[in-house]
Amino acid sequence: MNATQTRWRWLLWVAVALLLLAAPFLIEATLGRAWVRIADVALLFIMLALGLNIVVGFAGLLDLGYIAFFAVGAYCYALLASPQLAIHWPFLVLLPLGAMVAAVFGILLGAPTLRLRGDYLAIVTLGFGEIIRVLLNNLNRPVNITNGPQGITLIDPLQIGGFSLAQTHSFAGLTFTALHSYYFVFLACAVVSIIISRRLEDSRIGRAWVAIREDELAAASMGINTRNMKLLAFAMGATFGGVAGGLFASFQGFISPESFHLIDSIMVLCMVVLGGMGNVAGVVLGAVLLTALPEALRYIGPLQQRWFGEVFIDPSDLRMLLFGLALVLMMLFRPSGIWPARRRTAENVTERMTEKRHASG
Amino acid sequence: MEIFAQQIVNGLVLGSIYALVALGYTMVYGILGLINFAHGDITMIGALVSLTVIQLLAAAGVPAPVILVLAGGSAVLVCAILGLSIERIAYRPLRRAPRLAPLITAIGVSILLQYSAALIWGKQYISLPEIIEPAQFTIFGAQLTSLQAAIFLLACTIMAGLLWFIKASRMGRAMRATEQNPDVAGLMGVNTNTVIAFTFVLGSAIGAIAGLMVVLYYGLGHYFMGFMLGLKAFTAAVLGGIGNVGGAVLGGLLLGIIESLAAGYIGDLTGGVLGSNYRDIFAFLVLVLVLVLRPSGLLGQPGGERA
Repeated sequence: MNATQTRWRWLLWVAVALLLLAAPFLIEATLGRAWVRIADVALLFIMLALGLNIVVGFAGLLDLGYIAFFAVGAYCYALLASPQLAIHWPFLVLLPLGAMVAAVFGILLGAPTLRLRGDYLAIVTLGFGEIIRVLLNNLNRPVNITNGPQGITLIDPLQIGGFSLAQTHSFAGLTFTALHSYYFVFLACAVVSIIISRRLEDSRIGRAWVAIREDELAAASMGINTRNMKLLAFAMGATFGGVAGGLFASFQGFISPESFHLIDSIMVLCMVVLGGMGNVAGVVLGAVLLTALPEALRYIGPLQQRWFGEVFIDPSDLRMLLFGLALVLMMLFRPSGIWPARRRTAENVTERMTEKRHASG
Repeated sequence: MEIFAQQIVNGLVLGSIYALVALGYTMVYGILGLINFAHGDITMIGALVSLTVIQLLAAAGVPAPVILVLAGGSAVLVCAILGLSIERIAYRPLRRAPRLAPLITAIGVSILLQYSAALIWGKQYISLPEIIEPAQFTIFGAQLTSLQAAIFLLACTIMAGLLWFIKASRMGRAMRATEQNPDVAGLMGVNTNTVIAFTFVLGSAIGAIAGLMVVLYYGLGHYFMGFMLGLKAFTAAVLGGIGNVGGAVLGGLLLGIIESLAAGYIGDLTGGVLGSNYRDIFAFLVLVLVLVLRPSGLLGQPGGERA
């Protein structure tokens, strides 16, 4: 790479950064305030998808209950920063705590199951996700901890020092509503997540994960401690989920078990698979696309009303139908995703070549 | 003691339904090494199809036995076609793909089936019209309805028939050969594609009957009912030793009994702290315990686990 290219690249990054910083104001001006909220949620989903990408994309462990870690992080924050238990701990304590608790849950789930085949892991994680939801729903008796299906309300908003994100602030001629302030916090967290993911990918750990994904036996004989590495992937993925959960709880101010359904796990999985398993940029793209797409689909309800006089397909059902179809079609026709990982592309090419050799020979 | 006998009877009836669904998981897993996530939802489709047929015919005043046969028949037909097409479209092209790919496809198919059902039947619970008045009788101090007895006997007949079929028929032998080694079976003149397609059809048809039984037993149908049923049936298959047809039967019956007993006694044992709303957790606990203590299941070969 020569000097001019380096400079152009540098300029490109500055432009992207400026665009991201200006984004909430641009979005509000063009699409309206509702879409600023959607942008906030998209950033949260980027964090979640990146976490799941570590587990599914890097280490090749199919986790179908990933949303449980999101739930653990959210409830951890909600319980310790709301009138529910009358505890109000500061955000800067709760965020690492939520991450840690989620990581412990990740290890607890992984330890008994990781020595088994991948498909068992899928089922156990699926069950685990349901169990967490059942527990959250039922832990209001005999001692009321989670407040059951009613959920926890009046969760403290983020507050850093004396600066509360829930209030509207004015700065340099711009008005920062809560939605704007949260956008910048989430953006910072998402960028940190991206950097961690990228650094992990090329690190010794990341290469060990890929080795396990491709051939566990070979990886083990090369001296990789496969069990510990898989546990690490689980804990790491769970940490991302836990942090995102804590942010989500403070952002919403209200959480209930209904936010942590199997469907949400599937949605995050879709983001990873559609974007490109194992490719950080692809996963980010997948998360943004799949957060924005269902919102756009919302307009289909009124359109049906106008054209046919009644609503045939509920937009949220249509969304799920499309997700299911997309999962199948992607696996059949483009298994490495919209934006495949470079390493994956190389693998697929060699695979096809070996197949051809089999066919001709 | 009466409660104990009652829970055992309930457990056996429920367990025989689990066992039928578990057969579908275990047969496919035995041959392809694939967990067919969509199997629970195929059962759900069978249940809803038979519900619709029952509703239509009951309104037309057709006698009950005819209704049941027609409902079962149409459910079997729809599910068999569904199983065949799912195998052909979604699984067959991925047979040599990396192992994550068919799993993800299976989840996709499962979601597709659920929300197609939501589109067709709506999202509300559908209740069964009153078509039969089951007689009640008492056995070992436990109440049993003729419906429960019929479900249990039919399930046992199907399971025995299947075991015989796999052991004695030509197709059954081809299935066992494909299970042991598809490539060698192919060399011996077995058309493995046909065998695999047939396995899907057979599993789905049995699942359809199980769906009809669930509808008759609970009197309700719902587009999401396949999820829990599938999870439990899969647990039953793992408990018995996945890939082992006899194991699925044993695992299903055992799981039904465990669940009934646990749900019946948990309130007393914990002094009313935990209620039967934790019922659905037991299957999962059993699954984790089996995977930790004996991953090959009760009747599976230890050490046969492919890492």
